[in-house]
Amino acid sequence: MFSLVRSFRYPAGLCFGLWMCTLPMTATAESAGHYGYGETATKAQIAGWDIDVRPDGKGLPDGSGSVDEGMKVFETYCSSCHGAFGEGMGRYPKLAGGDGTLADDRPEKTVGSYWPYASTLWDYIHRAMPFFAPQSLSNDQVYALTAYVLNLNYIVDGDFVANKDTLPTVKMPNEDGFIWQDPRPDTDNKRCMHACKDNVTVSDSAANKNLTPSTTGPLDEGLTE
Amino acid sequence: MVGSAFSGFAKRASAAETQYPPGIPAWTRSLGAGVVADPYGMPSPFEKGVIRRNVPWLTAEKKSSVSFSPLQHLKGIITPNGLFFERHHAGRPEIDPQQHRLMIHGLVERPIILSMEDLQRFPSVSQIHFIECPANGGMEWRGAQMNSLQFLHGMVSCAQWTGVRLSTLMQEVGIRPEGKWVLAEGADGAAMTRSIPLEKVMDDVIVAYAQNGEALRPEQGYPVRLVVPGWEGNTNVKWLRRLEVGDKPWMQREETSKYTDLMPDGTARGFTWIMDAKSVITSPCPEMPLKGKGIYQIEGLAWSGRGRVKAVDISMDGGRNWQKAQLQEPVISKALTRFALEWNWDGKPALLQSRVVDETGYVQPTLAQLKAVRGTSSIYHKNAIQTWQLNADGSVDNVQLG
Ligand code: HEC
Repeated sequence: MFSLVRSFRYPAGLCFGLWMCTLPMTATAESAGHYGYGETATKAQIAGWDIDVRPDGKGLPDGSGSVDEGMKVFETYCSSCHGAFGEGMGRYPKLAGGDGTLADDRPEKTVGSYWPYASTLWDYIHRAMPFFAPQSLSNDQVYALTAYVLNLNYIVDGDFVANKDTLPTVKMPNEDGFIWQDPRPDTDNKRCMHACKDNVTVSDSAANKNLTPSTTGPLDEGLTE
Repeated sequence: MVGSAFSGFAKRASAAETQYPPGIPAWTRSLGAGVVADPYGMPSPFEKGVIRRNVPWLTAEKKSSVSFSPLQHLKGIITPNGLFFERHHAGRPEIDPQQHRLMIHGLVERPIILSMEDLQRFPSVSQIHFIECPANGGMEWRGAQMNSLQFLHGMVSCAQWTGVRLSTLMQEVGIRPEGKWVLAEGADGAAMTRSIPLEKVMDDVIVAYAQNGEALRPEQGYPVRLVVPGWEGNTNVKWLRRLEVGDKPWMQREETSKYTDLMPDGTARGFTWIMDAKSVITSPCPEMPLKGKGIYQIEGLAWSGRGRVKAVDISMDGGRNWQKAQLQEPVISKALTRFALEWNWDGKPALLQSRVVDETGYVQPTLAQLKAVRGTSSIYHKNAIQTWQLNADGSVDNVQLG
């Protein structure tokens, strides 16, 4: 009974999207919805794994870190791959610069030039960096690194201290550069069958460019560059 | 899979004379290996070149990288488990299923933690769906680079996935009325996350634990992954450990910094989840040249993230004239579909293309049409018509038309 009441809850509010809305599957009327498998997750269990942070700051923990502190942590844990100023070593990602290049022929997408939300920086460093030792930093260290990377991009001043109150107030330069609604289909090819165009010219060929690793025999370990 | 085995024909005249009629082959005059010689069977050693391959110069390192399926050797709609393309952000974790847990919490009535045993008690579904990385073909926006089907289009694979509908699990925990989005998170070192709107969650998403009838392969998310039919590969979170219901998207790194499409005016499109219809001729292709004029079966694969493949057309003259190809059963929504057309090649150079139409009526665009709208910096969702230049000697090159 409990389950049926529950399954009637979704439909009305949900069918606002672009997709056809399907009602929740009710396999058999009696058993629908509730099996009671597994254990109830306790607050402490959830707190241990619930690490996501949203742009409005929801999920940010206690703690804080300054730009100066961040510089030291960055030198220890990050600069070997991302460069002391976030310029990126080799093919490791660049974390700073590129502002004003998004409409260029060779745009440079970085935290400063591209990322819409500062919260994402905290969230991502915390969950995935440093690359070789994810989820090894303290909350204070992550706040400090966030402040430092924002400062490298001239988004916050040198005296900025990141914490759960200040971070959500940071407005990223490219926040309004995104359209969060998929405009596709954005092409309108026609299913023409005969005499669809006059002439055909080949503008580029991959032949003889020497970019393709071997496609036979053992794995090609060589660096074709 | 039909790979290097055929190369044996070349030696016909000399060394292996006794293997051919009227000779009697050695393997007919002897006994082979007994059962369980290989308790877990492997392909014939003659197929050892049929493997996933990577592009060493593409990424800084192999732990955050991709490998490509050998589409040129695949002869069905199902990708064998060992050949399914890989995309890891922090390497492939080795997870003990006994110790792995899936937590479902957030705006729900009853947050739960499921063991893999718990999960497999729920009613299950088995569905065939492709998964494609939206960066498949993304190296080619500015020009033709890869002279290989595998490296051009090999970040798509297809399997039969068995698992529990995510809607079943949502019903189990009871979504609160404010719940509109679900965050999926992996248990790997990247703790990969994506926000998925509830309409999709309740539609056809599967929490999958099996792939082509056996447990997921570690590189495909063992012991449990999300399968989000028709949506970009990245949303199909592997090594799934957590599902959180919320009222807004989380704007994670993988849906802001990555997997957003930069347009020529400097604005970017976000939440472009669906994989639009695409097709490619898999034979001939650069890896599968023709051997002199004569009758050939032109074969290929087509798929659409919006539903079924309705038709595929083939052109031999760079898109001037088209002929309808035959679709081969089964034709399944959001799955790879095979097509074929018999062709008598006169030995002259030709420009081969395939063009898919899906059940929504969408017609696969040309590269020029895509570039006219999106420029050359959007990386993802390049589903343009592929042109193969067939040369007089039977070799095939990847080309782009002006
Ligand atoms: C061993 C090399 C290495 C080290 C050390 C490292 N990173 Fe990274 N970083 C990477 C790689 C590789 C990626 C891309 C990962 C991917 O795409 O899956 C990355 C991505 C990032 C990104 C996202 C870039 C973007 O534009 O999307 C940020 C931010 C970042 N790292 C910050 C840090 C910080 C802060 C540290 C120090 C705590 C750090 N990294 C240490 C290799 C490293």
